[in-house]
Amino acid sequence: MRPRVTRLATVTLVLLALVLVAAACGGGAATSSAPSAPAAAPTTAAQAPAAQAPAAAQPTTAAKAAAPAAQSGPILFHSSQFTPVAEREKMQNVILKDFPGKVDYEPQDPGPFVDIAEAQAKAGKMQIGVIGGLHGDFPVFIKDGVLDDVTPLMTKLQDRKFPATFVELGKMGTKDKQYYIPWAQATYIMVANKKALQYLPQGANVDSLTYDQLKAWGANIQKATGERKLGFPAGPKGLMHRFTQGFLYPSYTGQPVTNFKSPEAVKMWTDFKDLWQYVNPASTNYDFMQEPLRSGEVWIAFDHVARLIDALKDKPDDYVTFPAPSGPKGLGHMPVVLGLGLPKNGPDRAAAEQLIDYMTQPKTQIAVARELGFYPVVDAPLPTDMPAGVKLEADAVAKQSNAKNAIQSLLPVGLGAKGGEWNKVYQDTLTRIVLKGEDPAKVLDEQAKIAQQILDDTKAPCWAPDPVSDGPCKIK
Amino acid sequence: MALPNPSADVLTPGSVQDKRGARRPRRWSLNSAAPYLLLAPSLLFLAVFFAWPMVQALILSVQTPEGEFTTQYLQRMVSDVNFSDAIRNTLLLIITVIPIQFVLAVIMGLALQAKPKSASFFLYLWTIPLGVSDLAAGIVWLAIFGDRGFLNSVLTGLGLMNTPFAWLSYEHPLSLLAAVVIAEVWRATSIVMVIVVAGLQLIPPDYTEAAEVFGATTWQRLWHVTLPMLRPSLQVALILRTILAFQVFAVVVALAGTRMPVLASEAYNWYGGNHNPNVAAAYALLILIFSLVTTGLYLRALRTRDEELGQ
Repeated sequence: MRPRVTRLATVTLVLLALVLVAAACGGGAATSSAPSAPAAAPTTAAQAPAAQAPAAAQPTTAAKAAAPAAQSGPILFHSSQFTPVAEREKMQNVILKDFPGKVDYEPQDPGPFVDIAEAQAKAGKMQIGVIGGLHGDFPVFIKDGVLDDVTPLMTKLQDRKFPATFVELGKMGTKDKQYYIPWAQATYIMVANKKALQYLPQGANVDSLTYDQLKAWGANIQKATGERKLGFPAGPKGLMHRFTQGFLYPSYTGQPVTNFKSPEAVKMWTDFKDLWQYVNPASTNYDFMQEPLRSGEVWIAFDHVARLIDALKDKPDDYVTFPAPSGPKGLGHMPVVLGLGLPKNGPDRAAAEQLIDYMTQPKTQIAVARELGFYPVVDAPLPTDMPAGVKLEADAVAKQSNAKNAIQSLLPVGLGAKGGEWNKVYQDTLTRIVLKGEDPAKVLDEQAKIAQQILDDTKAPCWAPDPVSDGPCKIK
Repeated sequence: MALPNPSADVLTPGSVQDKRGARRPRRWSLNSAAPYLLLAPSLLFLAVFFAWPMVQALILSVQTPEGEFTTQYLQRMVSDVNFSDAIRNTLLLIITVIPIQFVLAVIMGLALQAKPKSASFFLYLWTIPLGVSDLAAGIVWLAIFGDRGFLNSVLTGLGLMNTPFAWLSYEHPLSLLAAVVIAEVWRATSIVMVIVVAGLQLIPPDYTEAAEVFGATTWQRLWHVTLPMLRPSLQVALILRTILAFQVFAVVVALAGTRMPVLASEAYNWYGGNHNPNVAAAYALLILIFSLVTTGLYLRALRTRDEELGQ
């Protein structure tokens, strides 16, 4: 009888072990959905995929969708912005605190952000009150008829004095339709620790640096300190692709998309690879440059204003802020414009309009600048009691956009859900040319094919500063 | 799977003959249907949450949104810059991590089997990683291997290094791999150990005692008695560990970020960051195929005949 008992026991034990493992796996899967947690410290993302996995994000919205009587419930503020927990909480508990009604701020990763709104529109059960996103987030919603024309609301909000360029952007290329109300703006700038200033190359002025001078600056620092003190946000959740798309490319090629694999682009990558030898190799871990700036690992950094603000607020006297460098074609820079739109057949239109009214009031706009590092799009002068760090950023932003040789480069427009793959093209190009040392011309040729495929699939016309095209944008 | 006949155990020996005739009309009684009823929820669960999504993933990876068959997603996956790295890294982790884990687990199991004074203390201590989520484990190890981590602090503090060493930098792929291997070994050895301990406890002491009587040395007893008897447990552990190793994700992502793509992290990136569920599904399919093939190989290679177990 004994062997039989043994065998039974084996089977039972093994089954037990399997159950245990399955349980462990389940737990693992749930937690592993936040791979960025180590890096996504306490801070900000402009439009990076956030820490929550799509799978984790959907149930919340599903629960929301299931909640009956959305009319009497809180307004659902569906957004692609301020996804990190700290920002989301500031949005919910500080910015939206004084709104007379109840609002649920629900930020989403780029994928679910599009999917959820589209699914609700298709199902004819729109639960979202207000959609907030980047300028480039809107075309896909317009194409699929998710958004309503907000011209009447725009007329009502005329006293806000939105800049004409932003109002024009919100028309999304149409003549008489307004698809979003400008919400906030931001951009990317450079920050340097004052310790680095003594190593500036001769004749260089931080406010009008060239990429060659930046390289010489990094080289001088390495010579003097033995350390590589330039830093870029090339980590998993970093916004390095915005640097290549909106700064490096336009500065060297003038027309970043159509000239993607031009000889100028080859020279640009060769130069940048050369510069990279003075870049801290830990840059591939950096998601938010405020961290390495604070720790002193990096002295000169490029990043989104919202991802620099903590370092600047912390010790404003330690840093200088300045515009991005210029290349042969000028100073390419990428303004980020956020907008607020209204979905068709949303639950409570009056409340939703009231929310947009509230979000564009000067007081709220200043609160967003103070808390989240996104700047007003209305006539709202920053008060004198603004933190010094915010002022530092505002200075650099103004210098950058007012530079004589500035080339304004929009975030990708009209790529919809393919925006992620578009960014991957730039990330992969950087990895292959700069980190792996592959031949620039060959890599650009191959990556251009992938990029062209995305443009063809989405039929996206070229966006500024590339000249507007009739059909899909074509890489030369 | 061969399930023990559920009603056989309740019958008393000797009464089998008389009861057989009487049992027939009761074939669909609650008692005889019990095992199937008990299995039904888990089968349903498997069908809804495993089998069906698997079929869906398969469809997703070879079908365009318009419903046509396509290999474009598989091609996109294969031509991607990270594809070969992801396969290489995943396999590299499997062949380095799993042998280390098995040697360690068997040593730990044997140590516990010897019943030292604080055996239960060590059993609890060694199973702690089992209760830690893989991402948390990754973050713990990140705190150790980071540029300003504990390891660098200790080494510079002891005067063994002047400047911190970037263990996790893309410029030092070997130390990066070693860090991930150490973290994975720490995290997932305990599950192997639990299975090994269970298996060891099932080996009747008679066999070892008999071997001892015939003058077998400790090494001979381990090699010719214990390990062969342990084979079924090792097989289960090996299959589990390998399948889990193909899915390795959180520890790698926490420690290496984008510098060490593995199959599961690529699937995640394609779904999340790149928002292309089709290519993500192609990766999932690849993981599934790898897992099935290795499981099949293990089952064949480690087949245990009943006679070998003395049954």
